[in-house]
Order: sequence, then C-alpha cells, then structure tokens
Amino acid sequence: MKSLIGYIGQKGFQSRDAAFDLFREISGLYYLTRATLYCTFVEPLRGKPNKWGPVWTQMEEVGVKSTGIVFLISFLIGVILAFQSAYQMSRLGALDYVGALVGVAVIRELGPLMTALVMAGRVGASFTAEMGTMKVSDEILALETMALNPVKFLITPRFLALLIMLPCLTIMADLMGVLGGYVVGTTTLGIDSAPYINHSLEAMKVTDIVTGLIKSVVFAVIIVMVGSYLAFIIEGGAEKVGENTRSSVVISMVLIIIADLLFTSLFYFIT
Amino acid sequence: MIVVKNLYKSFGEGDKKIVVLDDFHAQFERGKITSIIGGSGSGKSTILKLLIGAYQADAGEIIVDGEDMTKLGNDGLNEVRKKFGIMFQSGALFNSLTVEENVALPLREHTDLNDSTIRIMVKMKLEMVGLRGAEHLKPAQLSGGMIKRIALARAIALDPKIVFYDEPSAGLDPISIGVIDKLIMDLSRKMWITSIVVTHEIPSAMRISDKIIMLFKGKIIADGSPEELENSSDPRVVQFIKGDPDGPIPFSKSQVDYGEELKQMKM
Repeated sequence: MKSLIGYIGQKGFQSRDAAFDLFREISGLYYLTRATLYCTFVEPLRGKPNKWGPVWTQMEEVGVKSTGIVFLISFLIGVILAFQSAYQMSRLGALDYVGALVGVAVIRELGPLMTALVMAGRVGASFTAEMGTMKVSDEILALETMALNPVKFLITPRFLALLIMLPCLTIMADLMGVLGGYVVGTTTLGIDSAPYINHSLEAMKVTDIVTGLIKSVVFAVIIVMVGSYLAFIIEGGAEKVGENTRSSVVISMVLIIIADLLFTSLFYFIT
Repeated sequence: MIVVKNLYKSFGEGDKKIVVLDDFHAQFERGKITSIIGGSGSGKSTILKLLIGAYQADAGEIIVDGEDMTKLGNDGLNEVRKKFGIMFQSGALFNSLTVEENVALPLREHTDLNDSTIRIMVKMKLEMVGLRGAEHLKPAQLSGGMIKRIALARAIALDPKIVFYDEPSAGLDPISIGVIDKLIMDLSRKMWITSIVVTHEIPSAMRISDKIIMLFKGKIIADGSPEELENSSDPRVVQFIKGDPDGPIPFSKSQVDYGEELKQMKM
C-alpha cells in the first residue's frame, strides 16, 4: 500500500515536472516569436531598417529552390485525387464533377497543407541545423558580443523570406494540383474539357484561395519560429543538433496540422 | 580600464551546486596586458564570459570605464560591448561568409562607412595579421592558425579599447604563437588597448604579460608580474609553471578513491 502511494506520488511529481518543462518551452517559443515580430516590424519604424540583402538570399534559398519539389508533389496530388474520386464518381454517374472535387480539395486544403508540410521538412530542418551549428560553434555568442542582435541578424531575414514565399508557393501548388487533375481527367478518364472546366469554376471560389493563403501565412510563422527556437536552445554538440533538427520537423508538422484544424473549423463557422 | 570587485558565480542548484568563481577581483589597466592562467576547470573561461556579459554574475561588480556592467540592461550592455573586441578560442567565424565579409561585418553593422572604405580597412586588418590575399576564402578552407588570426583581425576591426583573447595560442605552431604574441603586445603598447588574455600557455603568458592572475578552483592564488610569479614560493604556482605531474594540484578529477571504486565494481 505504502509503495503504491509512493509510486503515485512519484508519477505525480514526474508529470508535474513534465508539465513545467512544456510550459517553459511554450513560453520560450512565445518570447522568441514576440522578439522576432518586434525586430521585423517595429524596429524598422524606429530607425533601424531591415537589410534586404539577406532577405533576398533567403527568399531564393527557401522559395525559388523549393519550387521543383512543391510543383511535383502538388501535381501528383492532383493526379491521385482525380483517380481516386473518378472511381467513386463514376458509380454515381457524375464523372464530370471530378474537376470540381479536385479543385475544391486542392485549393481549400491540400495546396496550403502539403506545401507547408514539404517546407517544414525542407526549410524548417535546414533552419534548425544551420542555426544550431552556429550556436554550438559560438557564432551566436560572437554575434551577441559584437552587439548584434541574433534575432534580427538571423531570424528576421528567414522570417520575412518565408512569410513572402510560402503564400507564393501555395498559389503555385494550387495551380499545379488543379492542372494535375485536369490532365488526368481529360486524358485517362476521358472527361470532356469544357464540362470539366465549367464544373471546376462553378465549385471553386475566390474566398477558398484567400483562406488558403491566410493559413499559409500562419504555417510560415510556425515553421520559422519552431525551427529557430529549437536551434537557439541547443547546448552541447552535434548530437543535440541532430536531435533538435528532428524535433523541429516533427513539432512543426504537428503544429501545422493543429493550426489547419483550428482555421478550417473557424472558416467553417464564419462562411 | 576594467575593475572587477567580489565576483561570484556558481552553476546548478541544491546538491549539484558548483561554485566556479569565488570572490574574484582584479584591475585591468589601459595599455597593459593581463593574463589569466590556471588549469582546465579553474574558472578562466567563466571569467571571460562574465566580463563580456554572456553570463550573469551571482554577485559582484564589473566596472568598465565607470559603468557597472552587471546593472545594465540589454541596450546599455550593447553600448559597452561596442568597446570590446573578442577573439574566441574556436575563432567563431561565420562559416557562411568569406574572410573579407567576416572582418567587415562589425564595420558594416556599426559604422556608416561606404563599401570601398570598408574594403580598405579590411585589407589593413588582414595585413596586420599577415593574411592579406585570403579575402575570398571561406573559414572551412583555412587552417586552425589562420582561423585564429582572422578572428583576431575581426576582433580589432572596430579599433576597440578593450580586447579579450580566449586561448589565443592554443594549438598553434611556434611561429604563429610568436606572431600572435607580438600582435597582442603591439596592439596594447602602441594603440593603448586593454588586453585580457585567458591562456594556459605559460611561456607565452610570461613573455607578453604585464600582470598574471592565477586561478585554482575558482580562487585567485597568485597575482603579480611574471617575475613575481616565477619567484613565487606557493607550491601550486610552482607546479603549474613548471608543468610538474606531481604536486598539490591533482591531475585526477574524480572525488572517489580509486582503490575503493575498483573494489566496489562487480565482476
């Protein structure tokens, strides 16, 4: 009996410690996000303008160089969706509506989501690995001692770059996904081009694209902040860099899905 | 000039609390070279990190040109840091930037000089460390000694009043050590720079220092000119300077008796 109470007590303390750890991480993430927003949007108004050189470099790094993989994945998603829906639709005799289904699914949900998930893996991981290595090799300490703010120097360019490029990539992913569905629909599935396009245009609304873009802005914030936070808290060596890079991708992906759920339900009730 | 009074620093909490620095006090004067020596784990690097504001002291004062650094906020600290140049042990050069961009970084960020002036200044600093012509290399393409010299060039890019050197000559060949020693001496004698050198290279410390502070387990055990240290009768100082394997400073870090520990191990 005594050992049982001891066991429960021990577990209680352990979970209390785990909860404290979690809250500490959340508050750390919050403070870093606040500092980043301050450095990016408030400081330029107070006479410390952002330098655009590093932002361009990062935009090329995270945006332009990601187009290939984003195009490929969203095109294939469009193709797959067309095949999957054609099978069900043909049983209802509504094969012409494949275009509408693919279009709505891609621009409302899969375009923004798949782009963000791909970018969490491609860009979030590289942010954590790069800045984590800088932390380990004292480069971030060197910045601080040179009276340069690491947040402004390292995170702001990446933040601005992704904030601009992720919505751009999302729009292109939307286009490629719809194109993928169209190609399969009009060739393999044998749907006529005119009804395919008509039904698609009927179903898709501008608000769907706009909500997708709003989501992608939120996803960009999640990817940059989680990636940077997990890099800045690294202490130790190469092992920790690897560990935090992995966590960065996992946590970003989970947070992206949760944010997606929140926004989807919000838009569902608003519109 | 930096005056440090009654500085304390410890890490960890409760049972695991380790006092790394116990009542450290020192006076670093303009134009003088002060070396801080001591074995590994004696608190040398901790002092350096406290002085540059990377750690917060538990108690004590660090007064830089009349301002107490321990009481300053972030903005004030950054103002003080602009007077500093720091040469890190690992160099801490930015790997994504070329040598020229590394040395130019403090100039670009803290001055309004135009690009051609900055390039000229970078060339001057690189000539001082004997690496003119390495402008377009990346840090990964440099040897350890070259990285330290570039790090020195970056540390003095803004012509600071105070320069900290963290193990400036560790792992270098004798000629490079000589070059770095001469640079440190030239900088402090000719440009009136306050130099603080953390090192365990005794010959180099003896050669360049005006004053040497020796630490042992976070406490100052000797403080004086190189001659005074050489003539010291403290067995710990004598052992450290001569590099004797036997003496009052233990080599083994473990707290438990070796024989006891072996007996308790199960087969």
